[in-house]
Formats: sequence, C-alpha cells, structure tokens
Amino acid sequence: MTTSIDHGRPDPEPSTLDRNCAGRSVSDRGETVCVIGAGPSGLTAIKNVTEHGFGVDCYERETGVGGVWNWRHDRSPVYASTHLISSRPLTQFPDFPMPDDWPDYPHHRQLLSYLERYADHFDLRRHVWFGTEVVRVEPVDGDRWDVTTRSTGGYGPERTSRYAAVVVANGHNWSSKLPDYEGLAEFRGDVMHASAYQDPAQLRGRRVLVVGAGNTGCDIAAEAAQQAAHCWHSTRRGYWYAPKYLLGRPADQLNDLLLALRLPRRLRQWLLHRLLRLSVGDLTRFGLPQPDHRMLETHPIVNSQLVYYLSHGRVTPVPDAVRFHPDSVELADGRQIDPELVVFATGYLPRFEFLDPKILGDDGMTGRPALWLNAFVPNHPTLAVAGLVQPDSGIFPLSHWQTVLFARLLRLRETRPSKAAAFAATVSARAGERYAGPVKESSRHWFEVGHADYLRVLQRALHDLEAK
Amino acid sequence: MNQQVRVIRGWEWARPVRPVRREVLEAVPALDEGRPPLLFVPGFGHGAWAFAEHWLGHTVERGFSGYALSLRGQSGSGPAPEATLRAYVHDVVQVASGLPRRAVLVGHGAGALVVAHALARYPARAAALVAPVLGGWATAFTALRHNPLGTLPALVGGRLRCNHAQLFGPELPRDEARRHLSRLGRPARRAQWQLLFGREPEPAVGDPPVLVLGSPEDRVVPRSALTRAARRYASAPLLFPGMGHDLMLDAGWWEPIDAILDWLEKEPSGG
Ligand SMILES: Cc1cc2nc3c(=O)[nH]c(=O)nc-3n(C[C@H](O)[C@H](O)[C@H](O)COP(=O)(O)OP(=O)(O)OC[C@H]3O[C@@H](n4cnc5c(N)ncnc54)[C@H](O)[C@@H]3O)c2cc1C
Ligand SMILES: NC(=O)c1ccc[n+]([C@@H]2O[C@H](COP(=O)([O-])OP(=O)(O)OC[C@H]3O[C@@H](n4cnc5c(N)ncnc54)[C@H](OP(=O)(O)O)[C@@H]3O)[C@@H](O)[C@H]2O)c1
Repeated sequence: MTTSIDHGRPDPEPSTLDRNCAGRSVSDRGETVCVIGAGPSGLTAIKNVTEHGFGVDCYERETGVGGVWNWRHDRSPVYASTHLISSRPLTQFPDFPMPDDWPDYPHHRQLLSYLERYADHFDLRRHVWFGTEVVRVEPVDGDRWDVTTRSTGGYGPERTSRYAAVVVANGHNWSSKLPDYEGLAEFRGDVMHASAYQDPAQLRGRRVLVVGAGNTGCDIAAEAAQQAAHCWHSTRRGYWYAPKYLLGRPADQLNDLLLALRLPRRLRQWLLHRLLRLSVGDLTRFGLPQPDHRMLETHPIVNSQLVYYLSHGRVTPVPDAVRFHPDSVELADGRQIDPELVVFATGYLPRFEFLDPKILGDDGMTGRPALWLNAFVPNHPTLAVAGLVQPDSGIFPLSHWQTVLFARLLRLRETRPSKAAAFAATVSARAGERYAGPVKESSRHWFEVGHADYLRVLQRALHDLEAK
Repeated sequence: MNQQVRVIRGWEWARPVRPVRREVLEAVPALDEGRPPLLFVPGFGHGAWAFAEHWLGHTVERGFSGYALSLRGQSGSGPAPEATLRAYVHDVVQVASGLPRRAVLVGHGAGALVVAHALARYPARAAALVAPVLGGWATAFTALRHNPLGTLPALVGGRLRCNHAQLFGPELPRDEARRHLSRLGRPARRAQWQLLFGREPEPAVGDPPVLVLGSPEDRVVPRSALTRAARRYASAPLLFPGMGHDLMLDAGWWEPIDAILDWLEKEPSGG
C-alpha cells in the first residue's frame, strides 16, 4: 500500500513473476521505464518518457511531488523566505511556462504550486508511488534493471521489479555536507546545518555565525542581519556578489543577452566585473576578501541584500573557522568569536546510495560519476541521471531536455538500433566532459555547467539522433 | 517546415514577453467528464467574441469545456499596438498551460498560424486549424485578388480590412454579417507583417494530431492552401462547401465544430 496523501497510483500488477539471482521474486514490468524521484527532474522525466509512448513507474519516498520545493517534506531544504535566484524565463520548463504575471523571482510556494499544476496538467501522478523508497538498482541481462523498493522508513517488505530503463532523478540538495572541526563536539553553542533552517525566528536575538557563502549562506546571513543580535559570516574565499538586477533587468537575463550576442567568456567576465564594480563597488571596503577567481568560476551568488546589510554593519565578514572551543570559535586570522548558534551553509553532496558507484563510472568512489552530458552512462545505455547539474540558470530546462533526449534514445533503440549504438559510442568516448570554463576546485563545482554551453551540446546530440 | 528541435532560445530568455490583461471567455460543463478542454484562438481582427457567438455554447453542450481567448490588442484584452507574432504565441501558451488539462488548440485564420507556432512551445493534446492563414505570398495574392482596396494598405504597413464576401457565404443574413463586420478590430502592424514574412513554424512538440478544416469557397484561403496546410500534418482538409472564411460565424456554423468534436471523440488521445 502507498502511505500517500497524494493520489498516486495503486500497487503494480506484476505481469510475470521471475526470480533473480539472489532468489528473490521479481515482477517483470516489460517495456516500462522506472523514474526515481518526483521532484522537478522526475516529473519532467515522467512527462517526456510517457510522451514518447512508454509506460512509467515513478517511486517517490516523500508524500508529494515537488522535491526540494515541497516545504511539507521533512528533507526539503527550503526556508520560509526562499525565492528563486534564477529568473522565471530561465527556470521554467520550456513547454510549460510559469504565469507571466508572477514576479521575476517567485517564492518557493509558487514553485510548488507550479510543479503541482505541471503534474496535474499532464496527469503525471497516476504514475507515481508515493512513500516508496528505492533501495537498490541492479543491472540484469539485456540492459534491463532490477529496482528494489520498500516503504519509506523501512517498514514492510522489499519488492523488486524489472524495468526496461531507469531514470535517476533523486536530486542533489538533500544530503548535507557537514565539515568537521577540531573541538566541534565540545562546542557548547547550538550547531545546525542550513538544511534544518526554516524560519528567522530560529535566529532572533542570538549571536549567529553563518559558515559558507553559497546562496543559502548569503540568504541566511541577510536574515540574521535583520533578526540576530549579531551576525558573523565566515567564508573561505572572496566571491562576486551579484545583485538580482543589473542594468534594470534580472542578472541572469543580462548574462543571456551577452551570451546571445556571442561574446566570448573572457569578455563577458570582464564586462560583468566592470558592471559590478560600477554598481556595487569594491567590497573589500567592508572587510570582504578580494575574490580569488573571476566571475563564472564559482557557482553564481545572486543576492541583493547581503551587501546592503554589510553596509549597515549588520553583518561582520570573517575568514574561515579553524577550530572550535567550548565557548568560542577560532578563525583563520587568529581572532576568537563567541556565537551562540553556528549555521553551516556548506552545501550538499550528490548521493546515489542505491547504485553501485562503479556503474556510474565512479570507480575511485570519489562521489563524482563520470557521465556524458552529466546524464548518460557509459556501457549502460538504458540508464540516465536527470538533474545532476549545477547551472548558471534554472535546472528545470536542463532536466527537461535530458529526459527528452533519453526518451528519443529509448525509441531509437527499437526503431533504428544503429543510431542508438552510435550514441552509446559517443557516451563512452566523451564521458566526464565538462560544460563550463575553468571553475574553482570545490566539492560543489565538478558538476557546474554553463547552461548555454551545456544546452548547445545537448541540442547537437538531439539533432544527430534525428538526422537521417 | 523547419524540422529541427530548438533547445537554445537566448534572445527569448533575455527578453521575455511582457504580461498583458487577457480576455478569456469560458463555457464549462456542469459535470466534468475528463475530456480535454478546447482553446479557441481567433485570427486578425477577431476576438474571443467570434467564438462566443456559437461555438463555445455548442462545445459545452457536447460535454467539452471551451475557452476563447482574445490575443493582446484584440477586443477585451489589453492594448498592444506593437504586438508581434511571438507575443501572440506567448498569449496562447500562457492560457493553454493555465487550463486544468492538456488542451486542444483551435485556431482560425491567422489564429491558426499562431496555433501552429504555439504547437512548438506547448505539447497540445490535439489541434484544429480552421481556414488557416499560414502566411506567405500566396495569402497576400489571394487577399489582393478578392479585396484589393482592403489589402493594399496592409502590404505597405497600413490597415487590413476584410469585406463581407471574404468572410461570409451568401446564406448569412446581411444584417448579421454587418453586425460581425462592425466588431472587427485592427490587427497589429508588426504581427501582420510577420504573417507574410515570418519564420516557418518549428516542429510540434509531443506529436499532436492535427485536423485542417476549411471551405472551398473561402476567399481568404484558397483551396490549394488548405491542401498544403493539411499535407504538412499528413492529412487531407475537411471541406464545408458554401461557407465563407469565418466558419464559426457563417450560416451552418455547427457543421465544422461538430466535425472537430467528433474527431476528438474518435482520436485515441482525445474524448
Ligand atoms: C534553497 C534552495 C534554493 C534553490 N533555488 C534554485 C533556483 O533558484 N533555481 C533552480 O533552478 N534551482 C534551485 N535550487 C536547486 C533545486 O535543487 C532544483 O530547482 C530542483 O529542485 C532540482 O530538482 P530534482 O528533481 O533534480 O531534485 P529534487 O528537487 O531534490 O527532487 C528529488 C526527489 O527524489 C526523491 N528521492 C531521492 N532519493 C530517492 C529514493 N532513493 N527513492 C525514492 N525517491 C527518492 C526525493 O524525495 C525528491 O522528491 C535550489 C535549491 C535549494 C536547496
Ligand atoms: N535563493 C535561492 O534560490 C537559493 C538559495 C539557496 C541555495 N540555492 C541553490 O541551492 C544549491 C546549494 O546551495 P548552498 O548555498 O546550500 O551550497 P553551495 O552552493 O554548495 O555553497 C556552499 C558554501 O559553503 C562553502 N563550504 C563548503 N565546504 C566548506 C568547508 N568545509 N569549510 C568552509 N566552507 C565550506 C563553499 O565554499 P567554496 O566556494 O569553497 O565551495 C560555499 O561557499 C545551489 O545550487 C544554490 O544555487 C538557491
């Protein structure tokens, strides 16, 4: 049974019963495709794969659609004030726009209602088993897959179904990355990861240290500036803090204007540096370190508020924390500060615990799969990952096109096997390819992509598949 | 038709279409039986009213919900003298994606061209192109031949005017025809120009079935254009002899709409 508050689909009707090598019974789902996760990437996978004529079973461990954007879910990392950082036209699905009277940067509840409407409009929920977690995905003969599931939380028996193909759309913003420090265990203040941060009330009246300057860290620091008794913001390098609007338009739309003009990356970086210098000014005057990289070499920060509160003296920038003492935190410059609450906004790590890392080409167990287009898996033509990208735009359009490409490929495996074989050869030859210029080495940057570079390669791949 | 899928639309992302107040008239059956909704898109000079006259009511009587849109600048929608074809397509996709289910797009006249473009941007359940004006020189020549005074100014950027004989067959009572003609509005100049010289529609997404309907006596869309339009979607046009261009207003208006609804009921993905 599903433990669903959402009207998902009933349990699968096993078509044939088979036994796998471990002797477990396996229900054969024929040509059906399995999708793991019903976040934005999973939803668009269901839509595009069914649109190409395949059946789909989707497993979602939470009780509703929307992934990250469903604040009702325990694992959702969104906080009350989350608004998009990528503007509407660069975030929405290409064939299902958000309402044009919504703000440029909608609120997370609007995102959820958008995703729910997407699911209803295309009648996707009937493919989803909610409250069902995928625990194992194993390859079997004939490029097919055995997918083992159980009720979320580990209740009930496991069941295994055999699928013609699998789309992994499990997201990469739910497994927290928590750095360890000497003395952290003895620290008497409160410590939390940003994923547990929900509401500014958690900061009110306290002395708060925020670690990390991704978009989460910057958002929380700006809220602490308004709510906390004091806010320190610790970063291990200098960054470019882009405001939400540049030259009167959303910053990412300006970037796309420069891209559409086909300006080379270096020139774009120079222009963006000039623009920030002219509009935001030199941030070292607030005590921030000089960026140790050019713009576009770290995942973009889009935040108009942080600089504003720095200018009010409501946020004190500090360097990296090096050691924790019971009542204080020691910083890289030797200073000691005494926060009551430390929020680690140090990001997330992608995890595929249901898959043998070797399948994704991660032989060294580094947590960095080697895929083509961050999606296609060498030697496993019927497996794809959707949404494993960190773009300088919204993620949804990239997931959309990844799954369109995968669905076309699955079709061609039947109608024109030679085309599918050529595609597989490309996947093997180009696995690990990157789609961004040079980026700073960091656990978050190996899957950073420039959306224009990325989509250009993807478009080429689609055209090659369709060519006579 | 340009056959390649377009993924990258940098210019569009960088310069989104401005929102506008959109008039949408709707008729929804009391009992929703899960049929796909129909979205009617009027051509130049018309507005949602052209469908409200007969087709919306008929659609709902047959158990489908119907929505009729006025494109920006048309009748009840916000003014947009500088509207482009892209903005019209945007309007259609905005309304379609706001409906509870995947919609069937029904475009009339130049509205059919807007629909043909919208099909590349929204995976419609199905589409019907009614007396489609798909642009190009043939359209201009036909219009010139039947209505030189009304058409010439349009070719040099002025106002396009349609006359009685272009839009209606001989059976529609004169005063009714006059009433409709008096409601015709002024199309936006740029969009009108793009009709003639704009780009071919990109391939439809989601592979929707497409039906083409028209009249052999239509003085805006020649018979050959109907055949060409239908061939583009690998079918033949359904013809309604004796009617003028405005199949939704002319005498016998129920025949084409019945044909569309019958077709939807038979379509495996419809009804
Ligand atoms: C605070 C915040 C703000 C963000 N802002 C933006 C933004 O402005 N623009 C943007 O494009 N992106 C933004 N993102 C990124 C966000 O991750 C993506 O927008 C999007 O949610 C990715 O979708 P997804 O479907 O790939 O992953 P998710 O949304 O994470 O969905 C994955 C789904 O898979 C399910 N799942 C995982 N493992 C299993 C399993 N083993 N079995 C069954 N189900 C499983 C999960 O429950 C979840 O529902 C933001 C992220 C955060 C945290
Ligand atoms: N408003 C929004 O829409 C919004 C809000 C939040 C998040 N997001 C998105 O969600 C995703 C996750 O963002 P995030 O901000 O949570 O994470 P993130 O982008 O991974 O940023 C993590 C930050 O912590 C730093 N860090 C990581 N490990 C560290 C360590 N061991 N010690 C010190 N510092 C460390 C990183 O520094 P380095 O520079 O060295 O990597 C970086 O500054 C991103 O895609 C982001 O754009 C969007």
